[in-house]
Order: sequence, then structure tokens, then C-alpha cells
Amino acid sequence: MGMREALQSGRFIVTAEVAPPKGIHFEHVLEEADMVRGRVTGINVTDLQSAVTRASSLGLCIRLLEAGHHPILQMVCRDRNRLSLQSELLTAAAFGVTDVLALTGDYVTLGDDKSAMPVFDLDSVQLIEAAKTLEAGHDLAGNELEGAPPSFCMGCVVNPGVEPLGPQIMKLRKKIDAGAEFIQTQAVYDPARFEYFMEQAGDLGVPVLAGIVVLKSAGMAKFMNKNVAGVTVPSALIERMQNTQDKKQETTQITIELIDALRPMCQGVHIMPLGWMHVVPPVLDALGL
Amino acid sequence: MTITEQKQLEDLLARLEGLRRIFIVGCGNCATVCQTGGEVEIEEMRKHLEEAGKEIVGSAIPDSTCETLLTKRELRRHHDAVAKTDAFLVLACGSGAQALASVVDQPVIPGCNTLFIGVTPRAGQHYEWCSACTECVIDEYGGICPITRCPKGQVHGPCGGTDNGKCEVDAEQDCVWTLILQRAEKAPGLWEKVAQRRVAPKDYSRLRRPRQRVYEPRRAGLSASDHAKG
Repeated sequence: MGMREALQSGRFIVTAEVAPPKGIHFEHVLEEADMVRGRVTGINVTDLQSAVTRASSLGLCIRLLEAGHHPILQMVCRDRNRLSLQSELLTAAAFGVTDVLALTGDYVTLGDDKSAMPVFDLDSVQLIEAAKTLEAGHDLAGNELEGAPPSFCMGCVVNPGVEPLGPQIMKLRKKIDAGAEFIQTQAVYDPARFEYFMEQAGDLGVPVLAGIVVLKSAGMAKFMNKNVAGVTVPSALIERMQNTQDKKQETTQITIELIDALRPMCQGVHIMPLGWMHVVPPVLDALGL
Repeated sequence: MTITEQKQLEDLLARLEGLRRIFIVGCGNCATVCQTGGEVEIEEMRKHLEEAGKEIVGSAIPDSTCETLLTKRELRRHHDAVAKTDAFLVLACGSGAQALASVVDQPVIPGCNTLFIGVTPRAGQHYEWCSACTECVIDEYGGICPITRCPKGQVHGPCGGTDNGKCEVDAEQDCVWTLILQRAEKAPGLWEKVAQRRVAPKDYSRLRRPRQRVYEPRRAGLSASDHAKG
């Protein structure tokens, strides 16, 4: 079942996430995906996340598809112009990868090759538009595609934790107007803040999947609090990770509590395990998901 | 105004290797304001180069070095020094340096790096607010350009990297979308307009390099300041 069918089913949706390696060996990532086989609607594959040079998102998406998983192709606007982005969309559809998440992309100087040229020819709103334009049988320049056009289910992101929130929501609405059918959010650790975001956003008309970044350590929490825009790990969670004798157990328990608290406010969760996919099955077991 | 910085002296001396007699050219316009190619900076450069064993055969500060005819005319006043120089060191922007290179035969060494088109809210502060994108739309955003003042050129709203009104790329830098929001608080109707605005992907065909604008001038080849002087 693809994202669109799952979204329309009305049931609570779970998606997970993996990252292509900085290298050519995909085995480890495929093993991670196997840990949630049959447990999630889709598995996001990040696109040079944090502006770090890696194997491509589409490459790993194709491998996941071949292995019987359902990949969600992440595409950022940082590295390619409109010709290349449309080409990637067409290639993805040709391989059967049609669930796509459009993102702006972290700026180049946040990554591991600060001298690279940032592109940003399109923004995330225009990338969604580009997919919709291809669906109509032509490219952004109006040139016709050969044969039957592709069909995509486009998703988008929002950061519910930043201030001021108004401009974030304004842009989110433009993404939905452009054709986004689902939303996956930046990491949420504070259900009250998420509730505030959902109130401010009002009726968006598309499902929201709250972002869950698996909290692996107190150090990671402190790092995110300092360096990741809009992400605030409450001090109580940091203390729990500091004081625990069993990190994996505490991580699992925190994730369960977080999803349980967010569940009434959203249509699903997008779990970003950052390599700790093994905690996802026990979390889903505990929640009956 | 074109904002410049002087190259490091070490770098300059490497570029000037093998060239002994040097003629220094500044600029009475932007480089004077930027304190990279005015009278003071030319004198400083003269001392540095003399200490490094160079002979400074002369110097000139055209009113606007990128205006080729003005520069050519200014050089004529220094005919003898120009004739015996091994090279020109230009303390001006890349346009000024190339304008000069187009009217002399000797090597032209750039003494500055050209940084951006800048606004200057006060002396010693230059900021990039315009990137010469060929199609000005600032009225759509309350007089603030998101194409230039956002590292990612976000025209539909902020990315998710902004927080507390600052930019993910530089925590000291204001997020342009927070600036636009603040502007909108004083401009009734602006935010509604911004929120509704959808922009087609930018037409980059007009940014094809090298760009040019050629037209029939009302006045011939001289700057306004030159006319004022008669």
C-alpha cells in the first residue's frame, strides 16, 4: 500500500527513515529496513542530509523497492537545478518510486564540503509544483512528456518548534496548495508545543505525521538543543537519559510515551531512528501499532 | 555600490613577483568609500610596496575607474610614468581593474577582491541586499529582497532552519522572513499579500553571463560628477 491509500484509510500511520551510506555498501541499511518490514507504511530515504556527500536517495529507494519495502524518496532543492530535479522525479516514477517528500535542504556550509555551490533553483513549493506539472504530461517549461505521465504522492515538511511560527505555517499552506498530500514534521519532544502548533495551523486538510527523532543519549539531546533549529528536548528527558542504567530501554520508553502523547493530535508519526531501528519494533509493539 | 576588500599583502607581492616598477590606480567612487582604493589606501600601499623593494612610478585615482573613458583620460595626465611602469596595481573592483586593462598594454594586477553590491547604512558597514537578479520584486515583500537576503533565496516563506528570527546559516544574521513579518506589522495588508503570493520558478535566461546593457546615451561617456565639474 502506498502513502496515498494509507492516508485515505484513516488509520494511524507510521513511517520510518534510513540514510544512504557514505560509500557503496547498502547491506547494513537494508538490514535496518528489514527490522520494520511490514510494520510501517513507508521508509523515508534521506537526500544528502545535513549537506553531506553520500550515495543517492533514489539509489537506495530502488534497492528498498527491490527488497519488497515501500520507500519514500526525499528530495532537497540544494543540489540540483530544475532540469535535474524533474529528471530525478521521472526516473523515480519509472522505477516505481512515486511517494516523494520535498524539502528545502540544509545549507551547504552546514555540511562536509562547505565549498560546494548551493543551487536552490526551485524551492520546496516549486518542487511540489514540478511534480504536479509532470503529472499533467509536461515539464516546467511546458514541453510535453512522451507517453503516459507519472503519478506522485507528494509530501512536505514543517518545523513546528520554531519562532515565529506564522511564516512557517504560511509556507506550509503554500505547499499544500501546490499539491502536498501529507506532512512530516521536524522532531517533536514536547507534546504541549506540538499541540500549540496544531492549534495555530488550524485545519490543514492533509494528514500530519509528527516527527519522532529517537533520543539516543543525553549528549545528543544537548547537541540538538544547541544546534537544531526549533528542536527543544525538555530537561526532564535529558535527566532520564543521563540517569538510566539501560539506555536502550530508556530510549524505547521515552519514544513510547512521546508517541502515545502525540497520538490524539495527529494522523501518524514519522520515526527517525538515526541508526537505532532496533528500538522501533518494541515501540510499535507497546503501542499496538 | 560595489564592495571590495584589499587582498592580503603577501598575496599581492606574490602576484607582483618579477615586476619592479609599479603604477597604482585607485578609484574615487566605491573603493574610496570602502577604504580599499582611496587616497589614504594608495599611500599605505605605496609604503608597503616600497618596503618590499618596488619602485612606485606613479599613482592615480580616476573619479570612477570602471568608466573606461574617465580612466583613460586620467592616465593621459600621467603619460610619462605610465610609459615606464612594468605593471599596474589596481585598488578597485574587478570592473575597474578590467576597464583599466582594456586601455593599457602592461600587466594589470588586481589589488582587491570584489565582494558584492552593497548598501552602506553607515561608514564601515556594507551589506548585500541586492544580487542584480534582473527582475526587481521587492515591493511584493515590503521592500525587502528574500532572493538576496536569504542564503537559500526562499521566495515563498522561511525554511525550517530559522529560529528566534535568526538564520541557520549564521546565528548573527536575521532571517529575512522575520524581517518581512516585522515590516508587515507596520504595513496593513502586506502579510496577506505575501501569504497569497505564489511565484513561478525564476527565469534565469536574463542572468546569462556576460550580461550587458547597451543603449543610445543622452550624454556621451562621462559620469554625472564629471558633468557637474564642467
